[in-house]
Amino acid sequence: MDAKKWYEKAGADGDIVCSTRIRLARNLKQYSFGGKTTSEQRKEICEKAQNALMAAGSVISEQFNYVELDALSEEQAVSLAEKHLISPEFISEPYERAVLLSRDESISIMINEEDHIRIQVIKEGFDLKEAFETADRIDTLLGERLDFAFDDEFGFLTHCPTNLGTGMRASVMLHLPAMSEQGMIQRVAANLSKLGMTIRGTYGEGSKVYGALYQLSNQITLGLSENDAIGNLQSVTKQLIVEERKLRTRMKNDISAQDKVGRSAGILKTAKILRSYELMELLSNIRLGLSLGLLQGITHEDVNRLMTISQPATLMAAQDKKMTQSERDILRAKLARTFCRNIKE
Amino acid sequence: MMLCESCKERNATTHIKRVVNGVLTETHLCTECAGEYGYQTALNVFDMGSILGGLFSKTSNDEEVLRCKNCGSSFEDIKRTGKIGCAQCYDTFRDRLKSMIRQIHGTAEHKGKKPGSSALRVQDPNHAMMPPKVTVLERLKADLKKAVEEQNFENAAQLRDQIKELEKADGR
Repeated sequence: MDAKKWYEKAGADGDIVCSTRIRLARNLKQYSFGGKTTSEQRKEICEKAQNALMAAGSVISEQFNYVELDALSEEQAVSLAEKHLISPEFISEPYERAVLLSRDESISIMINEEDHIRIQVIKEGFDLKEAFETADRIDTLLGERLDFAFDDEFGFLTHCPTNLGTGMRASVMLHLPAMSEQGMIQRVAANLSKLGMTIRGTYGEGSKVYGALYQLSNQITLGLSENDAIGNLQSVTKQLIVEERKLRTRMKNDISAQDKVGRSAGILKTAKILRSYELMELLSNIRLGLSLGLLQGITHEDVNRLMTISQPATLMAAQDKKMTQSERDILRAKLARTFCRNIKE
Repeated sequence: MMLCESCKERNATTHIKRVVNGVLTETHLCTECAGEYGYQTALNVFDMGSILGGLFSKTSNDEEVLRCKNCGSSFEDIKRTGKIGCAQCYDTFRDRLKSMIRQIHGTAEHKGKKPGSSALRVQDPNHAMMPPKVTVLERLKADLKKAVEEQNFENAAQLRDQIKELEKADGR
């Protein structure tokens, strides 16, 4: 069995698509939604969801661990959010919430998030079909044992009407440094909203987007099937890949792009203190340099792995202790130096 | 009311929970600033209770307040929070919800998976999968046809190139 986690791998079109995610929102018919449930009921929901998966006795169930959120340390919980396995919303209130987590960390089932059950599958690279098939299989499995709230007209019923219907949010994380530098993202975003999709920065504060990483996802969940929604997202993603690659080719002979890539490699190989957003920006240039053939001695997989494990809470969770920001920055720089030591032109 | 953290002028209507630098943080923004940061599309505007409420037709005061028999939510509650109380609320307030759902999704008709089946098997055109199945490629082709008909050749040439590239990407 493949021991690597999804964030340690680079998948299809890995020079641009870092990861693919599918999320399905489901609720149990007999319970009220969201904050309307009592503490007792929330415990019951945890138990039912856990039993539905674990008692299934299928090969799937053996891959999962049941983790109660309030049993995790703050670093562990935030680390799971940094790895996109659970949502920030989910950790804001840790009570009577649990997650069923597959050992390879590619599947997570959040219990008592905004909806009773949120199934999420995450894969490296561009792989909507595979990710969806897995999510669908788990949904079918759970649906055999749980009575999901469903309406012929409105589809799967959700706490927020924006998720109604398929309850599916499909997304891809794209690295778009060239389009971003050309200021094309805004224009793309405006056009996408007409197609029922949205694009926004994955990491950042305010309007600043770090690492040129963007999340493209569907917004409409009612009126089109899962397959059609995925088909649309797939074809928009392909268009963006084509556009980004075209712009990147032009950068290859641009001395200022070469300079940026080279300087970033230099910093990563020698820095003693690295802030997390600084690392993200530098790694963005390394990714670009790799795809332009300007660098060697590191792979997209290494970059994905370094980016994931060097996030603040994930760093602390791995060390199993609280660390000050400057301790983290020093450790992060040390990791970066190790990962990048063989980079050359 | 909370003020927008960005412009510090308007009321915050969008509340974003994120993990920044290892800690959970909440950002409170007004609609305009949220839009600038990529949190506003035609759709998630409706996430906000106050605006969501604006979509509903006003109920008159003398009307007796209808409450969901299961969770006790009134339609006012749903308007205020933008969230639905339970599965039965959808039944109780079906007609009023339907107009709002149409504004969010452009339709109020589910066409995907049903419980007890696999979504992958949702292929039969008679079973909840009616057209239009408009992919981006198909839309571009339709646009191209229209441009040719209108003899807008400059536009047509652009569209043709886009289609070619997309098909090339598809074939890979």
